[in-house]
Amino acid sequence: MMKFIHKTASPPYFYHLSGLWIPWLGMITLLLLMAGLYGGLIYAPTDYQQGESYRIIYIHVPAAWMSLFIYIAMAGAGAIGLIWRIKLAETVAVCSAPIGAGFTLLALVTGSLWGKPMWGAWWVWDARLTAELLLLFLYLGVMSLYVAIPDKRVASRAVALLALVGVVNIPIIHYSVEWWNTLHQGPTVTKFDKPSIDLRMLVPLLIMAVAFKVYYVWSLFLRVRVELLERERNSQWVKELLKQNKESQA
Amino acid sequence: MTPTRKKRVFLISIMVVGIAIATSFALKAFNENLMFFFSVTDVKAGKSPAKKAFRLGGMVVDGSFKRKEKSLAAYFDLTDNESVITVYYNGILPDLFREGQGIVSKGHLREDGIFEAEEVLAKHDENYMPPEVADSMKAKKQALK
Repeated sequence: MMKFIHKTASPPYFYHLSGLWIPWLGMITLLLLMAGLYGGLIYAPTDYQQGESYRIIYIHVPAAWMSLFIYIAMAGAGAIGLIWRIKLAETVAVCSAPIGAGFTLLALVTGSLWGKPMWGAWWVWDARLTAELLLLFLYLGVMSLYVAIPDKRVASRAVALLALVGVVNIPIIHYSVEWWNTLHQGPTVTKFDKPSIDLRMLVPLLIMAVAFKVYYVWSLFLRVRVELLERERNSQWVKELLKQNKESQA
Repeated sequence: MTPTRKKRVFLISIMVVGIAIATSFALKAFNENLMFFFSVTDVKAGKSPAKKAFRLGGMVVDGSFKRKEKSLAAYFDLTDNESVITVYYNGILPDLFREGQGIVSKGHLREDGIFEAEEVLAKHDENYMPPEVADSMKAKKQALK
């Protein structure tokens, strides 16, 4: 087991493996997105109260889930990097931040667009919204800290620490709607009871959630490959790769 | 695991647990301020600020909505199923505002016990269903009565 992990986590091997996976991941993302959007925008019935406006949940909810999921993945990879000093884990942590920041921004913007007609306000400072905004700042903090330190391995460690400090915000975001009175509604799907959403509306939502997850892996692989090449530019395997590339072009 | 790695695991867990404890104390201390609105019962019990503006949340009581003719001024009752308070609002109400709907309004308590709102926000609930399901649920409720 440890042997397998060490082999997969070695940069040249990962570079090779991810190259094989990327086209498939991209294709699966596209298919799931098409299925999810068709299901959400056309197949799913209209809501009894919100009419068609509720359909924004097919972007908003999966994006918000991803913003939390990617943060946990980033902090987890950061911790592994800190403890075992695995280069690949460090790279995964660093490359997750911009993707997570993107999803957080998407969740905030779509929520705001929905909030104006439904609540009557673009933005309110309730616990859920404020904690999610804080999450965006955490992501941006991670990204800027990383570029601020020239030595990339030192930078990775600093970033991992910051990410781990911010982990405390994740349960706050998730439980904010239960701990405090908020304008944001309570959980529909992620609770122990039966989801309080019609099955025909729920299925496209879950497809979108899976689509966003696969998109994350796809986008992460693309970013990690570039980051690995840059970090390992003086190592033997990158030089060999360059040589092969030149030969095939000539 | 080697001793150095064990030490790192230990230090990281101490850090995360420590921050979690510190944050939970901080949140506990600010608990009141983190509430986006006061419930009707809180206001009746005098927990809301007396002279300052605050937010009040509750359900609009069925059949309580009255609008003055040829104006936007409206009176309606809010409840949290324990107490009831009358709200006065002069302005445009959001799309989701209706009787039986949860709302949050910002304003202040007048001396006659009526809450004068400057802003009314609709609070959506976590239920999503097609109209025919909602109708059949309503019909079942009526049948039970």
